[in-house]
Amino acid sequence: MFESLSEKLQSAFDQLRGRGRLTERQIKDVLRELRMAMLEADVNYRVTRDFIDKVQRRALESESLKSLTPDQQTLTIVKEELTALMGETAEPIQVPETGQLTVLMTGLNGAGKTTACAKLALRLKNEGHTPIMAACDVYRPAAIDQLQKLGSQIDVPVFTLERATPEKIAQECMRVVQKESYSAAIIDTAGRMQTNEELMDELVAVKKAAQPTETFLVADATVGQEAVSVAEAFDERLDLTGVILSKIDGDARGGAAISIRAVTGTPIKFFSSGERLDAFEEFHPDRIASRILGRGDMQTLMEKAEAVIDEEKAKDLESRILAQQGLTFNDFLDQLSHIQKMGSLEQVLGMIPGFDKMKSLGFQPDERQLKRVEAIVLSMTPEERNNHRLLDASRKRRIAKGSGSSVQQINQLVQQLSQMNRAMKQLTGGAAPRKRRTKKRIIRHNFPFK
Amino acid sequence: MLRSLFGRGKNGSEEKEAPNEAPKQSAFQRLKNALSKTRQAFTQQVGAILQVGRAIDEKVYEELEEALICADAGVETTLYLMDRLRKTAKETPLREASQLLPALKAEIAEILGAAEHVNPSGGSPYVILAVGVNGVGKTTTIGKLAARYTSQGMSATLAAGDTFRAAAAEQLEIWSGRAGAAFIRQQEGADPASVVYDAIHSARARKSDVLIIDTAGRQHTRVNLMQELEKIARVAGRELDGAPHETLLVLDATTGQNAIQQGKRFLEAVPVTGAALTKLDGSAKGGVAVAVKREVGIPIKLIGVGEGIDDLRDFEPSEFVDALFEQEA
Repeated sequence: MFESLSEKLQSAFDQLRGRGRLTERQIKDVLRELRMAMLEADVNYRVTRDFIDKVQRRALESESLKSLTPDQQTLTIVKEELTALMGETAEPIQVPETGQLTVLMTGLNGAGKTTACAKLALRLKNEGHTPIMAACDVYRPAAIDQLQKLGSQIDVPVFTLERATPEKIAQECMRVVQKESYSAAIIDTAGRMQTNEELMDELVAVKKAAQPTETFLVADATVGQEAVSVAEAFDERLDLTGVILSKIDGDARGGAAISIRAVTGTPIKFFSSGERLDAFEEFHPDRIASRILGRGDMQTLMEKAEAVIDEEKAKDLESRILAQQGLTFNDFLDQLSHIQKMGSLEQVLGMIPGFDKMKSLGFQPDERQLKRVEAIVLSMTPEERNNHRLLDASRKRRIAKGSGSSVQQINQLVQQLSQMNRAMKQLTGGAAPRKRRTKKRIIRHNFPFK
Repeated sequence: MLRSLFGRGKNGSEEKEAPNEAPKQSAFQRLKNALSKTRQAFTQQVGAILQVGRAIDEKVYEELEEALICADAGVETTLYLMDRLRKTAKETPLREASQLLPALKAEIAEILGAAEHVNPSGGSPYVILAVGVNGVGKTTTIGKLAARYTSQGMSATLAAGDTFRAAAAEQLEIWSGRAGAAFIRQQEGADPASVVYDAIHSARARKSDVLIIDTAGRQHTRVNLMQELEKIARVAGRELDGAPHETLLVLDATTGQNAIQQGKRFLEAVPVTGAALTKLDGSAKGGVAVAVKREVGIPIKLIGVGEGIDDLRDFEPSEFVDALFEQEA
């Protein structure tokens, strides 16, 4: 998401780059383009107008005209205002003092509520909660089946009742929560149009029965100018406490997201991308603003890396490298699993500054290539993984057969490993004091793809 | 009146359709009702801008531009419409803002073009492939379409080409039961192209008139998933000449400008012949129909105006434009 908005913004700012001085006219021109980019990104019309007015006032009044780096100055103003628009700081999910969390999930049809329920449940579970999900979508055919299937994938129980109203299901679920001491309940509801009063009344009844500590609106990132009236209507009836932005993995420009926060004041708490149940992130306005402006999001990337890398293993790896023992295919496997745990390749790379540009030049990360490498290594015996020198022609043929690849591909992989080891040796050659830098380099050079 | 169609069972785990108790209204009336929210906001706004007696000035165009963009008609299309209006106003010449209304209606009608409908004839079976991003209402649209054809006396087969989403096949199966259509599926995770292969042979053997194929929702930016879709269409064409005869892109009316990207990318992968615009019963303005037709060239063929089984309608451009601009009495 946000990529094309980011592209447009950058091309507008490129015009300013390197100019010593800016005239009022030049700034206005850039802001006109910014306005078009925002409208094309489905940012609400009024929000856009106010935003542009504000940026223009600040840029003209003060800093930019006199600054020595007017492009940077204007960019900074835009970033600050963008962050302010999206709500300054991240607002994590609120766990009440009782420790008992109840989340009500609402939204339009097809917004991605059921999937978001499972993703949130998985996240809470990983944070140490014991969640249960309640299936209250009694309308869409097989919606309950869907939640049950997702529940079994992540090993979270799903509560539902046959032939009961959503209100009743929510009520009974809360009783179960009390009795069996679950620490979090997530209540899935049917999608509904905010114009359908009968169904909105029903939602109010469900809310009353469940007494949720959080009421979330799941909003599709592709929503157009409607986003605001939808959010307003849900907020008016339900007092929303947060928004989950779904389907951000398309090329939606996310304007809706920006507008919802600006108009209703309801913070965006999470965003959800793609089908993988772990593709669920906290929403950090400042980092997103940085991504929109094409500056990547190294902070999230580092956090993700830290979350998946096992401290012990990293130390072991470091000491072996310093001892010049060389890397093995087992290390390869570890790295692969780290990357996969961090999310899809595209998401991970998307956080690196400049990746947008690479993508627009036609670079396509290929998840399957990682799988291929994994298959090859997994087709090796433990001895072979530890010592690639064992690999003779006959072994390579066997591995090729086992992994559905070719001997050439295996040769390539072996060559990559040797190259990496050579590079390591040069880096570590007697340079023990530069320990920290070495470690960083390892992480960067170790990606098993070119 | 729409509410009577929502007669939702309070007990039971299936979608319930209450019989339509309200007197049958003309399609136009229903569309008008469905679009009533849209009309209130949009028409009032346009009405206020294009007042009788107001002189045409730059402010009028600016306000019109805002109204159209807020209706999701898209920046490019809106700018185009404004250009055309300016030209007409200058050439005719028009002096009063209210005179711009017929001109605007005519321009939008021209973009939308003549009505085009899904018309299954021949093909034995006539194969309809439904594609789109996640959550736009593909499965529901297929269910309603099948019900329409079976009620017209045709025999229909539904194929569960969404082997990915949990319980997608079950959802379609319930719809096929409701519509009285045959149903083909494989296990979850199966290759959708192989479902299509099965479905075509089975529909042929049963002598079904129509075969409607559901596919998994996919983001149009996912190269491998779009390739999978290409394969589905290819396999259909290989097994049956001319198939798919109709490839329907299902679009959500609440979608903004992203619908244009969706249209373009899907068109690159499969020969999309028309679009179904769903969820027009919310407050969505549906202006995206105009943008998609103009910027991608895909005609809107069907619209979903409610949740009832008969709330899938043929798209009539002239009615749509009239309903959009209908003035309050």
